[in-house]
Amino acid sequence: MGLAYFVKSFTLWDILKGHALTLRYFFKKKATINFPYEKNPLSPRFRGEHALRRYPNGEERCIACKLCEAICPAQAITIEAEPRDDGSRRTTRYDIDMTKCIYCGYCQEACPVDAIVEGPNFEFSTETREELIYDKGKLIDNGDRWERAIAANLAADAPYR
Amino acid sequence: MIWWFTSLGASYGWSWFIATILDILVIALPLMLAVAMIIYADRKIWAAMALRRGPNVVGPLGLLQSFADGLKVFLQETIVPSAANRGLFLIAPIITFTVALIAWAVIPFGPRAVLANINVGLLYILAVSSLGVYGVILAGWASNSKYPFYSAIRAAAQMVSYEVSIGFVLVSVVMWAGSFNMNAIVEAQKGTILGFISANGWNPLLFPMAIVFLVSSMAETARTPFDLTEAESELVAGYQTEYSSMSFALYWLGEYANVILMCALNAVLFWGGWLPPFDWAPLYVVPGIIWLFLKMGFFFFVFSWVKATLPRYRYDQLMRLGWKIFLPMSLLFVFLVSGWLMLTRFHGA
Repeated sequence: MGLAYFVKSFTLWDILKGHALTLRYFFKKKATINFPYEKNPLSPRFRGEHALRRYPNGEERCIACKLCEAICPAQAITIEAEPRDDGSRRTTRYDIDMTKCIYCGYCQEACPVDAIVEGPNFEFSTETREELIYDKGKLIDNGDRWERAIAANLAADAPYR
Repeated sequence: MIWWFTSLGASYGWSWFIATILDILVIALPLMLAVAMIIYADRKIWAAMALRRGPNVVGPLGLLQSFADGLKVFLQETIVPSAANRGLFLIAPIITFTVALIAWAVIPFGPRAVLANINVGLLYILAVSSLGVYGVILAGWASNSKYPFYSAIRAAAQMVSYEVSIGFVLVSVVMWAGSFNMNAIVEAQKGTILGFISANGWNPLLFPMAIVFLVSSMAETARTPFDLTEAESELVAGYQTEYSSMSFALYWLGEYANVILMCALNAVLFWGGWLPPFDWAPLYVVPGIIWLFLKMGFFFFVFSWVKATLPRYRYDQLMRLGWKIFLPMSLLFVFLVSGWLMLTRFHGA
């Protein structure tokens, strides 16, 4: 133990240096954003809450091919289908268990008609578990609510596919 | 104020009683408010040094955050573990909280503004701050759970170790002032550095002791570099693990009341208390209580700053610092200060 070490330890040199550093950080710009009021930009490929889309004429896109149900690695999707009165094949039941979903995005990759998509919304926490078992009505509602954002995101991502 | 009550027709005894109760409220209520604001300040400072924003939603700039937390805690259920010693379990936080409050009786806020201007003020502070450890030990023991118990053992060892060095530090302060009275200690710091720079409380001989006292007061209040008693990463929440609702809030309040008390003690014992920082006439225009609050605010910032900077000490390091460095150093300064006083004040006597 040399003299320099002795002087350093008794003048608390290293500790003071550490405090100088934290004081510099005290006046720095904050690294966090003011979350509920400010949000980070999201990629067009962001995989958030699911939505079932419609065509511009109001017809629902899903044709009940069940490719999403088949590819879903978490087996979160349940589909039942029947021919509609006009003979077209449509779903009678389209449930997603959001507590099982791992947000891998395979369902939207599998979908041949861009019906099921994962939208940009990630703030859909609920107070009960039951509210996270989405049915077809909820998904169609989501599609209607987020259609503008979803369409813009799909268009932005299209050149890279 | 006593005379005002006697003029209303009350007997002297009753007037004294009511006046004292009012005096206590005048100190205790702002203190509770100060605790709420200081918890907020602590979180803000800590957040800023971690490049975060801290509480900013409840009220303007988040100023009401502590009150929202208090309300939340107040509405919760107090859970007493079935294996706990019920009586001691409930009385422990009350002890911590009470002890943190009663020490304020002798803190001077101005030349005459002190609740109890007793001649043994500093001894009273020492006695009361040693009682504080009972709240922690009883909580750890009465919870009948292993983490609180470890925490209680650590708290006992830690507080005892640091009280020894604090005792010697205070001995040198008392020798310098020649009195145990808190006001006399403040008055004794009026003066100059080396005879020509005018300053109140910038005593170069006692400066190392001021640093030792600052560090020891962090250990006494179990603040971050020495927070082994509630080390989250090892002991869940230490002695508070089994506490909930108001009993938990009492610990929280008591802890921060203790922190403010230690800030006040640092200011009063070493940095001139309610005296202005320099002995210069225009500075005396500002009332003494403002100077005291400014100094306390500075020391609280230092407390938070240290909390944001330093990692927790290991247990053996804590003991080494207390017994092998602070204790010999404060003993050495007891000799140095008494020698200096013999040379200067009592020369030839």
